Amino acid sequence: MADPAASATAPAQPQRQWTFVIDLRRCDGCGKCTLACQQEHHLPKSFEWIKVFRLQDETGRESYMPRPCMQCENAPCLRVCPVGATFKEPDGVILVDQGRCIGCRMCMAACPYGARYFNYDDPPAYNNPFGKATPEFPVPQQKGTVGKCMFCVHRTESGNPRLPACVEACTMGALYVGDLDQDIAVNGPGETVRLMPFVRENDGFRYKEELGTSPRVYYIAGHGQDLEY
Amino acid sequence: MPDRSDREQMVRAALRPVGRGGWRYWSIVVALAALVAWGLYAYSYQLRHGLGVTGLNQKVSWGFYILNCVFFIGISYGGAMTSAILRLTHARWRAPITRLAEATAVAALLVGAAYPLIDLGRPDRMLNLLLHPHAGSPVLWDLVAVGTYLVASLVFLYLPLVPDLALMRDRLGAGTRGLVGRLYRVGSLGWTGSDHQRQALALGVGIMAVLIIPLAVSVHSVLAWLFAVTVRGGWHSTIFAPYFVLGAMLSGVGAVILVIAAFSRGYGLGDYVGPKQYRYLGYLLLALALAYTYFMISEYLTDGYVADQSSGPLIAALFTGSYAPLFWAFTIGGLIVPILLVAAPGRYVEGRAVLAALLVVAGMWLKRFLIVVPGMAEPLMPWDWGVYHPSWVEISITIGTAAAIPLMLMLFFHFVPVMSVHEMEEVESESSREPGAAVLPRRQPAG
Repeated sequence: MADPAASATAPAQPQRQWTFVIDLRRCDGCGKCTLACQQEHHLPKSFEWIKVFRLQDETGRESYMPRPCMQCENAPCLRVCPVGATFKEPDGVILVDQGRCIGCRMCMAACPYGARYFNYDDPPAYNNPFGKATPEFPVPQQKGTVGKCMFCVHRTESGNPRLPACVEACTMGALYVGDLDQDIAVNGPGETVRLMPFVRENDGFRYKEELGTSPRVYYIAGHGQDLEY
Repeated sequence: MPDRSDREQMVRAALRPVGRGGWRYWSIVVALAALVAWGLYAYSYQLRHGLGVTGLNQKVSWGFYILNCVFFIGISYGGAMTSAILRLTHARWRAPITRLAEATAVAALLVGAAYPLIDLGRPDRMLNLLLHPHAGSPVLWDLVAVGTYLVASLVFLYLPLVPDLALMRDRLGAGTRGLVGRLYRVGSLGWTGSDHQRQALALGVGIMAVLIIPLAVSVHSVLAWLFAVTVRGGWHSTIFAPYFVLGAMLSGVGAVILVIAAFSRGYGLGDYVGPKQYRYLGYLLLALALAYTYFMISEYLTDGYVADQSSGPLIAALFTGSYAPLFWAFTIGGLIVPILLVAAPGRYVEGRAVLAALLVVAGMWLKRFLIVVPGMAEPLMPWDWGVYHPSWVEISITIGTAAAIPLMLMLFFHFVPVMSVHEMEEVESESSREPGAAVLPRRQPAG
């Protein structure tokens, strides 16, 4: 766990613009990302901040689609919050101030991706090493409020940066975390790609593009087939 | 001028229930209070244990509470709108029922306005709505609209009450115990019935009647936008605001018919509330039900014809899928049958109107369920439907709040006349000035 003091005194980093690329050709639906996320944030099983949907096409063939929070540039959840508990960081990540959230769940109704989770019950007990839960690392979650994936900014923006828990756990290398500004992305096994060229060359798309939410997650279509690089 | 003894009889009928109540009255009050108390216990249980005691879950995160909010505020609507519209159109048959309609409006609104708070995960942070308001949120629009409407409904109930409070002050003031007597004295604002006062009151009531309509429209429009500003199938619809307004009026007129039937029977107002009121309210119900049917057809035809990824599965679920029994129960039982009941000519006007109203009110609750729950359960990521089974807490709170409305009305009419004496007199004197215009059920002159 990163030391909060270290991140405060770390040399000024360039402003990141966090992005995910999810290469569906590689996802085998193992669910390690979900598990790692739940361990990282001490979440109960029903909280799938990154959720792996199991799809079936007409021929009965299965494929998988992991869904983290899309960190929409034009986020519906942010617009509808009555108390401004949801806000956007300069790095593009949408955070929730669980100390302010009143639990009306309007954001859950508004999110087109079902990415938000309400704490109906007490979260598992946990001593936060940062002293107290912050929007960047809201652990333990607060009962009666809404939480979601925030691209693990407590890891990526600490003085000793690490990959988001799900990216790190994805041994298939299907999850990339990237920076739009530097145009670079990296996955768990350490493969580094040029972000937008990689997306474009592979016909990447953003889910529900037509809604105009401008998500920060790019998908590369596929069905879990083996790839040769 | 109306016969003097006629007036006396009317005043007596209006005042009869005040301050009294036999075993029947009190046993109903106690039964209703018990239901309310059970609902309060259920809420206290929820306060202690959190929203985890409800049937809500990660997919269906709005349920009974939100639909009850829409339903009860809708009920309140009918009261306010009926009374306002009938006043503005000078419908004379309104006089015996405006008080009941306006009181129902306030009681139902108090219940409806409580629901967003019951639904909050952190009710202790309610004040954040005022401390950190985010004006772009429909939830905040709701807060403003419902708050304004509540104040207006209270004023709309209170203004026509002033002369009646003066009547109580004069008739019972000396005989009633301290606090109640003082309430009459203070509440009547020194009413003497002078021409100046009457004009001022008529103006005030007139202004409120005009104001309450756009206010009521705004409240239900904003409630509709709570849903319509999302991208969910069946919710994201431009028709939603007027659709909600119409649905609210429909259920509200139904509720007014039920309240009037119950209170005219229980309080012996049979001489004043008769077939005329039921027939006309029935026609109002008919017009609204037909309009609602038209909106429904418009909604489902345009959505169902395209049947895109967001609305297609929802419509399939409503028409032929897991929600079909409820959907057809509403469409047939809550819309078509009531339309036939009130449209048919012939006898049993009251019975048919009351049965239609009952079906409409129950049906509109069902319709709100069918708006909120399937809209929530329908998969956003098109692969997994949600399920929702309300818990005993949600059911208890629903029943308790429903019981709170008649309870509030019965207690209210323990202290004030159930008919607006002043308004009855005004309408009577108006109609005696215009020969042939008397539409009130005139009693045979006693002398």
